[in-house]
Amino acid sequence: MTVPVTWQDVAALLPEFFLVVWASALLLLDVFWIREKRTTAWLSALGFVVALVLAVGQMGRAPLLAFRGMVIADAFSVFLVALFALSGLVGILLAQDYLARNGIERGEFYVLLMFSVVGMMLMARVADLVMIFLALELFSLPLYVMTGFARPRADSEEAALKYFLLGAFASGFMAFGIALVYGATSTTSLPHMVDVIQAGEADLALLTAGAALVLTGLGFKIATVPFHMWTPDVYHGAPSPVSGFMAATAKMAGFAALLRLFVLVFPVVADLTPVLWALAALSMVLGNVAAIAQRNIKRLLAYSSIAHAGYMLSAAVAFADPHLGPQAVAAILFYLVAYVLATFGAWGVVILLERRIGQEGLLLEDYAGLSRQYPGLAAAMAVFMLSFIGVPPTLGFFGKFYLFRVVLDAGFVGLALIGVLTSLVSAYYYLRVVMLMYMKPGEPIVRREPRVQATVLAAAALTLFLGLTAASSLYAWATEAILRFG
Amino acid sequence: MFLETVAHEGATFFHLAPLAVFVPLLGVLLNAFFGRRWGERGVAIVAVGASGFAFVIAVLQALSLMAHPEGAVVPIAEWITIGDLRVAWAQKIDTLSVTMMLVVSGVGTLIHIYAVSYMHYDVRYKGDPGRYARFFVYFNLFIAMMMILVTGDSYLTLFVGWEGVGLCSFLLIGFWYEMDILGRPSTANARAAMKAFVVNRVGDAGFLLAMFLTFWFFGSLQFDEVFPRVHEVAAEHPWVLLAISLLLLLGVTGKSAQIPLFVWLPDAMAGPTPVSALIHAATMVTAGVYLITRSHEIYAAAPMAQEIAAMVGGLTALVAASMAVSQYDIKKVLAYSTISQLGFMVAAVGMGAFVAGMFHLVTHAFFKALLFLGSGSVIIALERAHHPLPEEGGHGHEHDEHGHHAEHHDEHEPFNPQDMRVMGGLLKRIPVTAWTYIIAALALAGIPPLAGFWSKDEILLEAKHLQPVVYALLSAAAFLTAFYITRQVLMVFFGKPRSEAAAHAVESPRLMTGVLVTLAVLSAVGGFMNAPGVHAFGHWLEHTLGHVPVLEFDPVVAGVSTLIGLVAIFLAWRVYRATFAWTEWSQDPLRRYLRGLYDVLAHAWYWDELYQVVFVRGYRALAGFLAFAVDWTFWHDWFHDVLIAGGYRRLSRFLSQPVDLGIIDGIANGLGNSVRGLALVMRRLQSGYVRNYALAVMLGVVSMLVYVAWALR
Amino acid sequence: MNGTQWAFLGVYFLLALIFPALPIVIAHFLGPRRPNPIKDDVYECGLKTYGSPWVPIKVQYYLFALVFLIFDVELVFLYPWAVAYDMLPMFAVFEGILFILMLGAALVYAWKREALDWYEPTMPEFRS
Repeated sequence: MTVPVTWQDVAALLPEFFLVVWASALLLLDVFWIREKRTTAWLSALGFVVALVLAVGQMGRAPLLAFRGMVIADAFSVFLVALFALSGLVGILLAQDYLARNGIERGEFYVLLMFSVVGMMLMARVADLVMIFLALELFSLPLYVMTGFARPRADSEEAALKYFLLGAFASGFMAFGIALVYGATSTTSLPHMVDVIQAGEADLALLTAGAALVLTGLGFKIATVPFHMWTPDVYHGAPSPVSGFMAATAKMAGFAALLRLFVLVFPVVADLTPVLWALAALSMVLGNVAAIAQRNIKRLLAYSSIAHAGYMLSAAVAFADPHLGPQAVAAILFYLVAYVLATFGAWGVVILLERRIGQEGLLLEDYAGLSRQYPGLAAAMAVFMLSFIGVPPTLGFFGKFYLFRVVLDAGFVGLALIGVLTSLVSAYYYLRVVMLMYMKPGEPIVRREPRVQATVLAAAALTLFLGLTAASSLYAWATEAILRFG
Repeated sequence: MFLETVAHEGATFFHLAPLAVFVPLLGVLLNAFFGRRWGERGVAIVAVGASGFAFVIAVLQALSLMAHPEGAVVPIAEWITIGDLRVAWAQKIDTLSVTMMLVVSGVGTLIHIYAVSYMHYDVRYKGDPGRYARFFVYFNLFIAMMMILVTGDSYLTLFVGWEGVGLCSFLLIGFWYEMDILGRPSTANARAAMKAFVVNRVGDAGFLLAMFLTFWFFGSLQFDEVFPRVHEVAAEHPWVLLAISLLLLLGVTGKSAQIPLFVWLPDAMAGPTPVSALIHAATMVTAGVYLITRSHEIYAAAPMAQEIAAMVGGLTALVAASMAVSQYDIKKVLAYSTISQLGFMVAAVGMGAFVAGMFHLVTHAFFKALLFLGSGSVIIALERAHHPLPEEGGHGHEHDEHGHHAEHHDEHEPFNPQDMRVMGGLLKRIPVTAWTYIIAALALAGIPPLAGFWSKDEILLEAKHLQPVVYALLSAAAFLTAFYITRQVLMVFFGKPRSEAAAHAVESPRLMTGVLVTLAVLSAVGGFMNAPGVHAFGHWLEHTLGHVPVLEFDPVVAGVSTLIGLVAIFLAWRVYRATFAWTEWSQDPLRRYLRGLYDVLAHAWYWDELYQVVFVRGYRALAGFLAFAVDWTFWHDWFHDVLIAGGYRRLSRFLSQPVDLGIIDGIANGLGNSVRGLALVMRRLQSGYVRNYALAVMLGVVSMLVYVAWALR
Repeated sequence: MNGTQWAFLGVYFLLALIFPALPIVIAHFLGPRRPNPIKDDVYECGLKTYGSPWVPIKVQYYLFALVFLIFDVELVFLYPWAVAYDMLPMFAVFEGILFILMLGAALVYAWKREALDWYEPTMPEFRS
């Protein structure tokens, strides 16, 4: 029974291991020796760079089940782990100046961020139901704390508490779902579960109910309607870098586990297809329509993130189709890249314009006249907005193109139509930002924070550049990152 | 389809059977659409032609059956297919259904011919000649429905016809729905029609329940599938067949006017006289007898139901006959007589004497139709004498074609041409009508060798062997029958005329008297088809009913029943001899002998009054309770006012505020703003309270799980 | 899909509701009720309470509780590890040590962050 754990297992999880050790060490270092918090930031950034290198080093290897089948290192997970490492790096770059200038910089922030990223990486690696739950909690708990990091501020604490309570609520459903799935298949190991289901020994009713509940937990993390209601409040209350980080990475993590579960293990519960359909459609419609009414840029981006969750989920609706499953995975991974880039960039702009934490510079009107004084920043923001809308040649266009292609191939014409129409609706509020920046006079006040500015410009450049030149190769790469269990 | 059938059936005419339904229906359509344009002659040709065609078809079926006595099932259409229930509309052609077809279309055609002339007068006396075509539309529809009823190969098809003839009955009883028999404005006829319909509904409920039970336990309503399994089901569930047969009997008591549901038939005389003859004497009311005969296998398996049916029939025969004794309305006498004779038939088929019952059905169709048509002839004769139509030149009465004639005769007591007290001495004025009427009356009284004698004798013979109590009841009924019909004949045709109209009565046109003579011949000789030693009718039906043991002719039974008839006739003559000298009617001589009982009989034993108290008033009390407590207080006050109106008010407030201001105005302000309005509404949902958010999650989960449960159900 | 399995789930939910509810209901009906002031008093060890219980509790309590909980759970995890110590492969020993080290680091962190020191309240005391 006991399969000895070897160093090979550790190798499979090398980036995560490194980050955990690095973060633990950094925690103590920070407490005992480091005076300048900036040092902690740089060290954690260094940790992410190393993790990124380690993750890239894992690429091209054969899929490997590790730790007695708890986790797996396959192309899919490696792709996402690398993306998570990069996201962690970006998250720190965006956060450091912001925290410092608002007087809430503590070393724990970076450590928590690292732990959170580890949790997300594990979400991409899961090969066992228990692991899903553990990874989910591991990445969520630090996020709760980070949300409340602007501690004396009531809206930040309120957001943290809301996020925590609702997150626990959703986790409860998730745990129950996991229990039901276990009850249906008598195993928690996903590869084993595939065998059980293929052998027809699974109890389909229980499995479907369990999968639905697991979907609830994951849907909460990726903020799909109707599990989305925390999103605007939390994104609004949390410090902007945290919001940006959450918006980008938590969704990735959620989709990572969702795709692995539904495409690889649950195609048998094709009865959930209409449920996913409804979730996707509702998210697209509600997210986009509600975003129109927002005057606060953070809330606007929050609703936009809900809408984008809906777009990505619409490709996942085809999960039960054995031929379209891999295509859906590739399309969603591709879209995630586009979405993450634009999200980080947009939140970077938000960070730059936010004068005092959570108070000034967050209204859309504050963006008026941006193009006059900061043409580069305005142009970058315009690129992100266009990418969100899906205007060619930005990356977002290709992302939507691949997504809707899968949706159409799967025969969900109505859903694709909803996607296209809501994209049109979304143009209204995204372009309003652009219009304010370029056509309305104003005196925007922008921080000079080179790291953030560089990040924003890099994100904009990538969004444009990848869209112009490398979209298809990126897609090819995403296509290779197919899910495997061995 | 016909061609296929022809190929299968060879030289028979079974494939033509659907025409017996469709040709009368064609007549209905033609007369309904073109009747007014074609005038009376055209309408008459179409209607009589359609009915006659049906008769020809029926005769062809009979000829075919002689060669192929096993009969055939002629499919017409797929009708209903729901799950296990597959009902094809098909016609079952066998000796039983063809017998009914012959009676219905044969007697029906004769009555059609008669009605051509009768209705010519009737619509004029009632003041609405335009209604002539409508009458024949209904009449042809009745023939079609009756054909569906008798040829249906399943209970469901039979029920369609059953309801169809009920509808025709309703339409024809209320033919003069806005006036009474004297043409005065009145809703009496409409109420009579309604009564017939409602009372029949009670019986139909029984029939329906019987069908439900049949389908539940037999899995089918097809005769061919139900009957072979009767013994199987009877062994499994002994009560089922009893329940089915008793529920069917309830349907029979409605349609065939038996105790306790007979009360509608006397009122049904409100219809024009041909209607009474065709529907309420010869054909429709015998549908119940046909139903029991058709279900003979079921009844045979439920002896208790047979006893009950026989008792019901016997009692009805006696009670109705007693009621007929003291009526003054010429048609009411015949109505109670019909109920009584139907009692004979139900008693017969109830006992299991199916051949005797069907035999009596046929002969009764002849002589009772003749009696009704004769009475119609008498009525028209009096009408014409009372105030001739302008086209006849008449007595110079001013006549307004469009008004009601009664308005011109503002006598104190309006002249009622159906009242036997104003008749008398008509034998000399209208001899053809009188003599044919007397032949029919003797047939009814059971005087040999007329048709009624043979069939009644057969019933009595069977009853004597099977159920002596019923035999006694029927013998008593036979006595009363002879008595009341003699009383009627004496009152109408003998003595001196007791009114101006009676003194100047005019014989009816040839068309009518021709029909009367034809029917008189049938009434006279029709009995020989199953007379002792012949039994052609019995052998004919044997193909359908299986072997029927023939009881030996019993001279004692025949003698006794003949004697009973003769004694009753003699007694009636003794009692009513006194009236021969009257020129004006005074107290009925019978009253001297019967005293109070006479009034009881005249009021039909106060049966209607009893129903009025028990059912109608009880129903009204219940309805009152329902109306005030349930409908008004609960439904109106609470449900409507509070729930719907209140909810509506709240909804409208909601609509006027967030929706109207938010959405409608938004649309008015352009599409972009309308979405923006919706977004504002949604922003309201974003309350900021964790509990609301958790509720949203919960609702999402619940709806997902509900969907999953539904999808996997 | 067969309904019985859903029925089982339904029965399971029902039982889950009934089991906790039943004793309460039974106690409600069976228990004789003769209340007096002492019985009605809020149960509490030691001294009688005074004042409203609805006062803010110092957050440090929770901190202590959390730290306690962490090491409590650690003990539970370590117990089987310690019992089976002589049968464990080398890697498992390392795993356990790693686990202890991580929690140790957490303890050190908490200690250094002065989470284990008790601070007198600096805000004005609440009075009932």
